[in-house]
Amino acid sequence: MSVPQYRKAAAVALVAGLGLSLTACSTKSDDSDSTAGGKVTITVDCQPVGAQKELLKNWNDDVAEFQKQNPDITIKSVSVGEQCNNPPDFTARLAGGTVTDVFYGYMTDLQQVLDSGQAMDIGQYANKDTIPTWDSVDPALKEVFTDAGKLYAVPVKNYSMGLVYNKVLFQQAGLDVNNPPKTWAEVRDAAKKISALGNGIAGYSEYSAGNTGGWHFTSLLYSQGGRVLTEDGKKADFNNAMGKQVLQNLKDMRYGDNSMGARQLLQWGDLLTNAGAGKVGMFIGAPDATQAIVSQFQGKFQDWAMAPLPGQDGAAKGTLGGGEGYFFKKDLTPEQVKAGLKWIAYQKLTPGKGQFDYVRAKPQNYPVGLPQPLLFANGSDAQKQELELRKANANVDTSNFALFEATPVPIKGEPRNAQAIYAVLDAAMSGVLTNPNSNIDALLKTAEEKVNQLLTAES
Amino acid sequence: MAITTVPETPRKPGRPPSPYSTRPQRTSLGRKVRDNLTGHAFLIGAVLCFVVFSWYPMIRGIVMSFQRTRRGETTWVGWDNYSRIIADPSFWTAWQNTFYFTVLALALGYVVPFFVAVLLNEFRHGKGYLRILVYLPVMLPPASALFLFKFYAYDPSEAGLFNAILKALHLPTSQWMQSPEMTMPAMVVASTWMNMGGAVLIYLASLQNIPGELYEAAELDGAGIWRRIVHVTIPQTRLILALLAMLQIVATMQLFIEPLILANGAGAEDSATSVAYLIYQHGFFQNDLNGAAALGVIMLVVLAGFSAVYVRLTAKQD
Repeated sequence: MSVPQYRKAAAVALVAGLGLSLTACSTKSDDSDSTAGGKVTITVDCQPVGAQKELLKNWNDDVAEFQKQNPDITIKSVSVGEQCNNPPDFTARLAGGTVTDVFYGYMTDLQQVLDSGQAMDIGQYANKDTIPTWDSVDPALKEVFTDAGKLYAVPVKNYSMGLVYNKVLFQQAGLDVNNPPKTWAEVRDAAKKISALGNGIAGYSEYSAGNTGGWHFTSLLYSQGGRVLTEDGKKADFNNAMGKQVLQNLKDMRYGDNSMGARQLLQWGDLLTNAGAGKVGMFIGAPDATQAIVSQFQGKFQDWAMAPLPGQDGAAKGTLGGGEGYFFKKDLTPEQVKAGLKWIAYQKLTPGKGQFDYVRAKPQNYPVGLPQPLLFANGSDAQKQELELRKANANVDTSNFALFEATPVPIKGEPRNAQAIYAVLDAAMSGVLTNPNSNIDALLKTAEEKVNQLLTAES
Repeated sequence: MAITTVPETPRKPGRPPSPYSTRPQRTSLGRKVRDNLTGHAFLIGAVLCFVVFSWYPMIRGIVMSFQRTRRGETTWVGWDNYSRIIADPSFWTAWQNTFYFTVLALALGYVVPFFVAVLLNEFRHGKGYLRILVYLPVMLPPASALFLFKFYAYDPSEAGLFNAILKALHLPTSQWMQSPEMTMPAMVVASTWMNMGGAVLIYLASLQNIPGELYEAAELDGAGIWRRIVHVTIPQTRLILALLAMLQIVATMQLFIEPLILANGAGAEDSATSVAYLIYQHGFFQNDLNGAAALGVIMLVVLAGFSAVYVRLTAKQD
């Protein structure tokens, strides 16, 4: 090969590597599947990272106790930093076939997991023998992970959105902490008063980047009674009066009232960082948002309270619900699946153990008494036990969440292809929050076209 | 036993090797390897790295761009991914944004280092310190440098560094990354600041190769600094200028980390969405690795075009 040709080839290879390595850096590796000598080994993810010392100790104690109770099962814990809350990382591991035997996913991830061909139907294994509280688990949550009659994951957490507000800022602004806003007009009034405190405080704060803008647009749309997709899930259904109202409310607050703070294009951590620093009066979120504010963003629990999601003219007509579960990698042996289910049952679905070990959590200053997660069906034995334990060990002022708990809003699940749709809707949210001259009609029309095209491509 | 000897057949005289030929004598591959065993052992490592981390992903990406994976089943779909990705309304936005960035980066990131180098070259004292100062930002990890810009320089409130300066000068402040109009210029400024040091050093090396007599002659002819730049410096460094322009185009078209950090991805109203970011979004947020691969191949073709120009220029230099 002559020198110029060689260089040409090298240059093309270099450029190709740069252009394509983002999309194709997948490697396949098999996790352990040993069942030697009657012992079963399974790999599980979401082990807390080293910096979370207490959480890590709790996890390791749980693993040790579980293995003591089940000497024929070995749990291999895997921690990959933010893997359990990081969609790009999850996608990469899924595409590369490097997920653990039992792996975590959002409720919105079912389609993606099925497309990857990585998950197995665990319907025949999930029962009272492997998960003693299985009959108490809310059937609606099981349904989320069911496709064509096959069960692909075990739900371990759920949430629904409400209005999270800072009681200290409410008091400073002369607002009644026991009577938080019930409509978006009231949110707007309260936000004006809170932002008038100055010092860079946003009366109301909202996301508009990293898919979180689309996620909250969906919740705000549900509060109006709207929906993101048509009934059959084949077309976008937000380019209408309700969608416009959602964006108009935000635009009015951002540029009409100047009550949403200067910095926009916020993602999950950005908003909660500001909230932890006492710079946010209100935002919409799930009860565990307050937990994140305290445990990750140096906020104080006693500062925060929750109310139901506001509606446009009265009570909200719906609120977004979502959650998490554990999938099982295909080609596991029946023994491994059963072992994995037993571990999930112990760590996530047993009142008094794992995530419900409130006796342990209370002195560690992890919040006990939050109204969610509600994994067990109303009136079930497991629900009764869990509620009693929660009440007996509460270390947060449960009255802060009483309004949210006492006024349930109908919960609506996330749309099909949720993450892709949220990515599209980020642009509409960022449009009204960063551009005073944004054209709401045009933003919604563009988003509608993109979502329709996405759905066509998926079908 | 009588020993019979076969008379040696006289060999047909071959053409003697030309003393002017540069073509090496043919030797077997095995011989070549044996002669340079150590060198080839080192080569294996490098080749393996390229195969595993560059060539295999590249070929895999091209193959994936013609496939769709659904429910674990992979099927060939021909050009479907390409037509789908081209029909995506974000496709043209991303290319538009990327070309806009490239043009701005050429206007600023390419020209400014040249003039900084000319300026540095003119200094008689403290050259070394000034070069270190100019090169310092290159030593910062790009992510750290961009976070500095994001949280301090481009803070949209009046507390932000740039807004504080504008306010002190009684000029209107800006929303920086939150303004769709300002997104690209702001990203180019940050990118130029981060990467300028390397280009300045290359220009400086080139400038120092210009014979001093040319400047002396120009000065005797009454040329001022501007005319010396136009008539001596630029013609004498034209090859380096052309090469750096090509490298700048190829590098800036792969715009990724700036949108990711400065604009949290797509930015205000998609104003920061670059082609590389769109690949990332399709692949890792939209569960569309095949579409992402198709877009990667399209990017490859476009960049290969620019690379061909670069290769041609390099060949001329040789």
